[in-house]
Amino acid sequence: MNGRVGALLAALLAAMLIVAIALAPAGLGETGIRADFAARNLAPQSGHLFGTDQMGRDMLARSLHGLALSLEIGLIAAGLSVAIAILMATLSGLGRGTDRIAGFVTDAMLAMPHLMLLILISFALGGGTAAVVIAVAISHWPRLARILRAELLQVAAAPYIETSRALGRSRVFIIRHHILPHLLPQALVGFLLMFPHAILHEAGLTFLGFGLEPSRPAIGVMLTEAMRHISAGRWWLALFPGAMLLALVLAFETLGSALRRLITPREAQC
Amino acid sequence: MLEAHDLAAGFDGRTLFDGVTFALESGRIMGLCGASGAGKTTLGRVIAGLHRPSAGVVRIDGQQPASGKAQPVQYLHQSPLAAMNPRWKIRCILAEAGQPEAGLLTAFGVDAEWMGRFPHELSGGQLQRISILRALTANPRYLIADEITAPLDPVSQARIWHLLGQIARSKQIGILAISHDRALLDRICCQGRFELGQRGLIRHEAAGPVGVIDPDPAGRSARSAGRTAVRC
Amino acid sequence: MLTIRDLSVGFRRYRGLFRHEETSRLSGLNLTLDAGEVLAVIGGSGAGKSLLAHAILGLLPPNAVLRGKLAFRGQALNPVYPPALRGRKIALIPQQVSHLDPLARTGAQMSWAARRSGSAADTTARLAALGLPPQVAQLFPDQLSGGMARRVLLAMAEAGAPDLLIADEPTAGLDPENRDAVLRMLGEHARRGAGILLITHDLKSVLPIADRVAILDEGRMRGIEFPRNFTGRGAELTSSYARDLWRALPENGFLTDA
Repeated sequence: MNGRVGALLAALLAAMLIVAIALAPAGLGETGIRADFAARNLAPQSGHLFGTDQMGRDMLARSLHGLALSLEIGLIAAGLSVAIAILMATLSGLGRGTDRIAGFVTDAMLAMPHLMLLILISFALGGGTAAVVIAVAISHWPRLARILRAELLQVAAAPYIETSRALGRSRVFIIRHHILPHLLPQALVGFLLMFPHAILHEAGLTFLGFGLEPSRPAIGVMLTEAMRHISAGRWWLALFPGAMLLALVLAFETLGSALRRLITPREAQC
Repeated sequence: MLEAHDLAAGFDGRTLFDGVTFALESGRIMGLCGASGAGKTTLGRVIAGLHRPSAGVVRIDGQQPASGKAQPVQYLHQSPLAAMNPRWKIRCILAEAGQPEAGLLTAFGVDAEWMGRFPHELSGGQLQRISILRALTANPRYLIADEITAPLDPVSQARIWHLLGQIARSKQIGILAISHDRALLDRICCQGRFELGQRGLIRHEAAGPVGVIDPDPAGRSARSAGRTAVRC
Repeated sequence: MLTIRDLSVGFRRYRGLFRHEETSRLSGLNLTLDAGEVLAVIGGSGAGKSLLAHAILGLLPPNAVLRGKLAFRGQALNPVYPPALRGRKIALIPQQVSHLDPLARTGAQMSWAARRSGSAADTTARLAALGLPPQVAQLFPDQLSGGMARRVLLAMAEAGAPDLLIADEPTAGLDPENRDAVLRMLGEHARRGAGILLITHDLKSVLPIADRVAILDEGRMRGIEFPRNFTGRGAELTSSYARDLWRALPENGFLTDA
């Protein structure tokens, strides 16, 4: 087995897990959301692999609902964040003046502590799903913007761009055929690697009480509730949702790293 | 006629050269040498419209070249690899300039099999021929050849210059050849060898064999031996 | 001192998405280099010259496949590269000036190189030996001219008095005066007892200082010649390829083989 086959297998496995989680709520319906007081506080057993909570909800189904919700929020937040990063990188590519402005904004964002920024934005917007999405989107783009800016400036200064211009090719042709094909794979990998951050921060924010409404089956909400029950010996309430979240995050990391391995020329031959 | 009038250029306010004036006729080859850092490459780039001169003008047949279309002066990079998109295959790289003439493909010895390869999969000599072919496909009036054969072995070097000599003559293209190798310039440049100094160009007399090449001192004809000669 | 037997280097790369294939870049190379000798390796771009240098230094990329035997003073250099040879006993003069640290003054970099190899750091004396004024020690790499930078790289490689010095295109981009000065310094280093592997595309410039000239073309050794035989029409050269190269020089016939 060579490096690329390994990378592809890992990517496939990760992609399957992600798709399964995304589709789970449709198959589960109300399971895990509706209370069943006949089956309260059950430890893990056949029929309830992850146990049940104080309202008799199956924790496996509930975790899957939570992860699907995380995926949805992560997708929108990371997508928005990548869009901002591309915009800022393009701004840097336009000219020296705009580059200076974009650079200042990026540096200013990087200078602020991540979590504080998240909490402040979410709090200012009054909490809830929209606030979490916006907070995560606004706080995550600077690193990717930096990478994209460096790539853009490097490719724009390449002699083959100059040659293309001398051969009579238009600015639009050069952007479309030389620059974008170089930047888009980087943006895609950036997107995939940003996803786990977005999900973790969503869960963290919700856990701290600045995120999603307690009525939604979010992982962060589950973990907050589980805190109260750990002392009563109901360890499964915290362990399983947490482990599932970790698995999802690892799946994304694997997918992103595998993809980077496949598209980066230096590593691509190994 | 390519005319450079009183050109000056430099970087960040530091002047590399000024007062450079010369004329290059179409179909002829002019040599340019000079010490490292004298500004040979910068002068070549100014003439090709890739670097703004701080003073002076470049005119092609009395006109300044317009931007936005294929330039009448094409600059050949000393490293052809850098002047090609590493993600493109040779086919696309050539097509960027248009459809190369079938005759030129044969003359340059371009193997059909190269078309599906990436630039780093060709040797330096092969790649430089592709680079020249691409520039010629844009129908230039003049070429700037900046150390284009410096990293090549002598046989590949001679092949490329014989080819360029023929093409300069048949297509009436003028060539500015930039090189450290004075013997090479004397060989290929019928319009003389010039040295770039801070105060413009100085003409030098050739020290070795010049211009016309007799490939075989024993007297056999160049053509019958399958060899080509650069004649001016 | 350096023995190379049947050296082949190939690269594993992908054909399509998953299939591996090995492309050969050097094959069947045999070379020996003695102490005090300057062996020039001549070849055009793509001939595999730098690859040979990297193989001797154990610096091939991970997807390279090396076969054959490399030995330095009887010690095998492959498959596992012995530690404490590179940079001390075997040194490289790199091709690009970008190998200097752009943020450190020249003098500091020279004394670091000396300390790394465990020798005394007398920067001023070293600069003087290379024909450079002592003020050069205060300059940053971007303030050096091409010729100066090349001499500084040479001084850094020589600092630990290595037994084998590999010079990868030490004269590329230099004007004739600087080129000859750098080559002269390499020749002097050989006279002090080191072996020099001089890799270059410039055949005529190395003739005055080389003891033997090995000619590389498309990954194969096309002949090893004595410099004195590169004369006239090259009738005394043993390989026809060497003769073709000699006669293709602009000051000779400027011939291309048919």
